Amino acid sequence: MRHLFAIMSVCLALFSVSVQANEQTTNESSISPNSAALIAQLAEVKLSKTLPVLEQLEAVGGAELLPLFTTLLEGKLYYVKASKQIVAVEKKGSDYLVSDLFSAQLLGAMKKKEIKKIRVNNKLRVFLRQAIARLQIKSPEPEKRLIAIKALYGSLTDSTIDTLKKVYPDETNLEVKEAIELAFALYESKSPLAEKRLAAVNGLAESLENEARNSLTYLVENDSDKKVQMAAGAALKKINERIEFYDFVDQLFFGLSLGSVLLLAAIGLAITFGVMGVINMAHGEMIMLGAYTTYVVQLLMPDAIEYSLLVAVPAAFVVSGLVGILIERGVIRFLHGRPLETLLATFGISLILQQLVRTVFSPLNRQVESPLWMSGSLEINPVLSLTLNRLYILAFALLVFGLLLIILRKTSLGLNVRAVSQNRSMAKAMGIRTDWVDAMTFGLGSGIAGIAGVALSQLTNVGPNLGQSYIIDSFMVVVFGGVGNLWGTLVAAFSLGVANKFLEPVTGAVLASILVLVFIILFIQKKPKGLFPQKGRAAE
Amino acid sequence: MNQLMRFTRVHGDSKVAPFVAILVILTALASLGNLLMPQDSIFYVSTYTITLLGKYLCYAMLALAVDVIWGYCGILSLGHGAFFALGGYGMGMYLMRQIGDRGVYGNPELPDFMVFLNWTELPWFWYGFDQFWFAMLMVLLIPGTLAFIFGWLAFRSRVTGVYLSIMTQALTYALLLAFFRNEMGFGGNNGLTDFKDILGFDLQSDNTRVALFATTAFLLGLTFIISHKILKSRMGKVIVAIRDGESRARFLGYRTERYKVWLFVYSAMIAGIAGALYVPQVGIINPGEFSPLNSIEIVIWVAVGGRGTLIGAIVGALLVNYAKTKFTAIMPDGWLFALGAMFVLVTLFLPQGLVGLFNKFKGNKPDNNAGSHALEPKATEDAKA
Repeated sequence: MRHLFAIMSVCLALFSVSVQANEQTTNESSISPNSAALIAQLAEVKLSKTLPVLEQLEAVGGAELLPLFTTLLEGKLYYVKASKQIVAVEKKGSDYLVSDLFSAQLLGAMKKKEIKKIRVNNKLRVFLRQAIARLQIKSPEPEKRLIAIKALYGSLTDSTIDTLKKVYPDETNLEVKEAIELAFALYESKSPLAEKRLAAVNGLAESLENEARNSLTYLVENDSDKKVQMAAGAALKKINERIEFYDFVDQLFFGLSLGSVLLLAAIGLAITFGVMGVINMAHGEMIMLGAYTTYVVQLLMPDAIEYSLLVAVPAAFVVSGLVGILIERGVIRFLHGRPLETLLATFGISLILQQLVRTVFSPLNRQVESPLWMSGSLEINPVLSLTLNRLYILAFALLVFGLLLIILRKTSLGLNVRAVSQNRSMAKAMGIRTDWVDAMTFGLGSGIAGIAGVALSQLTNVGPNLGQSYIIDSFMVVVFGGVGNLWGTLVAAFSLGVANKFLEPVTGAVLASILVLVFIILFIQKKPKGLFPQKGRAAE
Repeated sequence: MNQLMRFTRVHGDSKVAPFVAILVILTALASLGNLLMPQDSIFYVSTYTITLLGKYLCYAMLALAVDVIWGYCGILSLGHGAFFALGGYGMGMYLMRQIGDRGVYGNPELPDFMVFLNWTELPWFWYGFDQFWFAMLMVLLIPGTLAFIFGWLAFRSRVTGVYLSIMTQALTYALLLAFFRNEMGFGGNNGLTDFKDILGFDLQSDNTRVALFATTAFLLGLTFIISHKILKSRMGKVIVAIRDGESRARFLGYRTERYKVWLFVYSAMIAGIAGALYVPQVGIINPGEFSPLNSIEIVIWVAVGGRGTLIGAIVGALLVNYAKTKFTAIMPDGWLFALGAMFVLVTLFLPQGLVGLFNKFKGNKPDNNAGSHALEPKATEDAKA
C-alpha cells in the first residue's frame, strides 16, 4: 500500500531498466517460437501494419512480452539493420547503447547508422497501454494487478471484460476482486438492458472511483429508464456525501499538518521565550540552520539519502544548539531582565546569520531531497490520500513534544530549568548554577528549533529566509497558547493550523493568515496571558 | 533659576534652539546651493543629493516618531513602518490621481494598474484622493485611527513590553500581506509609481525637489519642536513616569492607558507625515515598506543615536542611513552584517547611544531622561523571568 504511488509511477512512466531486467530473468526462456517469429516481423512490417502483428503477439504470448511492449511504447525499440535482431536501445550522448530486449544484457554501443527505430503512432500507443494493462492483470503481484485493472476503467472493451471474467474466479485478493467487480459494473452500466444497468448502479454506488461517479452522472442525465435514473441519482448523492466527508477529513489533515509545522517551529520558542522569558528573534534562524544542516548532511552522504535524515536530526540539534549556547553566552546573558534590548540584539544576530548563510550557500534556495520512505502517500481510498511526509512530520512533532515534556518534567535539567524560571535568586541560593542552566535551556530550545528545520526542509524550500517566515507565526502560537505552558503551545499550534486551513478555501490563503493574525491580536486583548495562563506567583 | 536648570537637564533638550537653527541653515544652504550655484561650482549641490537628503530627513522624522514612544514611554513599536507606509500610500493615491489621462492606458479616471486589472470604476476608498487637502487629511487620519484602535485595544488590556512589540510586528506583517494582494486596490506587488506632478508642479524639476526637501526640513523642525513641547509639558512628565514605573503611575491616579494611546496616535501621525513626504521624493510606494525589517531598522536608528533624546533619534537616523548609502555602494553584501553588528554592539555597549557617549565624553552627569532607569535590570523581573 505504501509503495503504491511509487509502483504506479513506475508502471505508468514505463519502467526503469532494473525493472525490465527483473522481468527478463524470469521470463527469458519462455518466449515461444510463435512469438519469436512475430517479433521478428516487427522489423519488416510498415507502421500501418504493426497493429495486427502486435494483436497476434498479445494473443499468443503472455506476461513475458511486457518488456517488448513497454520498450516499444517508450520508443526505445530498434532493430539492427544487419541482423534484423530486435533490440532495446538507450541513447547516451552520441552513443547508442544496444541491449538484448529480454535479457537486458548489454550488447555494446552502435552507431546511429547501424540501427533503425521501430516507429509507433498514437493509435499504437493506445493499444500498447491497454495491452500492457491486460498483461499485467495476470501479474503475480496483487498491487500490479490492481493498478492494471484501474488503468482499464476508462476503456472497457469486450475483450478486456472477457480477460477479466477469466481471471475473476481465480482471484484471491479482496481488493483486486472488488476492482474487477467495479469494472464489470462499469461495463454493465452501458448495457442496453435496463435491469442490468440497475444492477450495475448498485455495484457503482459503493465505489469512490472517478469513473464510477462519471458513469452514474451519465446515467442520471441520459438514461431512458426512470428507475435507473432515480437509483443512479440516489447512489450519486450517497457517494457525494461520502466524498464531502472525506474532503473534510482531508482538510483536517492539512490543518493538523500545518499545526505540526507550527508546533515544531514554536516549541523551541516556548522554552526560550516561554520558560526562560528570553525573547529570541534569531529563533527562526536556528530553524534555518537546522534545514541547512540537513542540506550539508545530504551533500556529505550522497549515496545514503535514505538515512540522511536520521543523521541530520542529531546533527541539526547539535549545530543549532551550539549556536544557541554561543548566542546565550556571548550576548543574551549580558542583557538579563532587559527584554526589549534582548529583542534588538537577537534581531541583529538573526540578520548576521541570514547574511552569513547567504554568503556561504548563495541566496538561492537549496534543494533538500526527500528519502524514498518519506515520499508517496497513504491512499485510504480514491478520494482521500494522506501524503507520507506530512504524516511523518505530524508524528515527529508529537514525538519531539513528548520528549521535551519528559525532559522538563522528569530530568534534573528540567527541574533546574523550572526552578530558575520561577525564582532565579532563590534557585541560585539553593546551589543551582543558574548560568549553566540558562545556557543549557537556551541550547535545548535552539536545538529543537534545529530539529524543526530538518522537518521543514522536507516540506518547503530551504533558503536564507526560511526562518523569517516562521518567526512571527511561532510567536503568535506561543503567545496564543500562554507563555510558559507547553500544552498551551500544542493546543494553540493545532488550532491555528486547522483554523488556517479551513479558512483558506473560503477566503484565500493570504486573507486566511491575515484573519488569523487579526484574531490573535484581538484574542490577546481579551486574554493577555494566552489560552492557558500560568497560575500563581510565577505569572506576575 | 536653579530650578529651571534642573528642569532642562531632566528633559535633556536644552539644545532645541541650536538644533533647529542648524537645520534651517543647512537646509537653506543646500537649497540655494542647488538652485543658485552653477553646476561646476564647488558649492553646487546636485539634485540627487537634495533628494537623498530629503529622504534622510523623512527617516529622521520617522525616527523621531519612534523615539517619542520608545524613548519616552517605553513602548517599543516594531510596526511603525506600517504607519509610515500608510501615510505614503495616502500621498501615493493623491499623486496617482494627479496623473490623470497621462498614464500608459490614458484613462482619466482609473490609475494604470486598475485598467490593467480590468476594473471598470474607481473603488470607493479612492474617492476624494484627487483633492490635496483630503489626501493630506487622510495621511494624518488613517495612521492615527489605526494607531488609536490598536493602542486602545492593546493598552486598555495592559499588553506591554515584548508582547506589544510582537503585536506591532504582527500588525505590520498582516498589512504587508494585505497590500501585496491585487484585490486590495493599491497596486499589489508593484505599488504606486510613475507619478507626474504634485499640486501642479512637475516632480522631476529641481525647484519641486528643493521645495519638497525644504518642506520636509520645515516639518521635521516643527514636529521636533512640538514633540519637545509635549514631552516638556505636564503630560510629558507623566509619560516618562509611565515608562519608569507604570503601575506606580497608575496607583497615583493617572489613567496611564490614555496617555499611552494619545502618544501612540501622535507618533503614528508623525510617521504618516514622514511617509507622505517620502513618497514624492523617492517616486514609489510599494508593500515592501510594510516589511517588519524596515520597522525594526527604525528602532536601530533611534538606538544608535540615543533614545530618550529627540536629537539622538534624528542624528541616529541621518548617520545610519548615510552609512547605509555608502556601505551598500561599496559592498552590498556587507550591509546586513554591519546592521546586525550594530544591533548587537549598540545594545551591549552603547545603551545610551551616541548622545549618551557624547555626554559621557563631555563629563556630563548621565542624562536622566535617556531611559537609564528602564535599562537597569529590575530585581522584580528576575522572579518573573
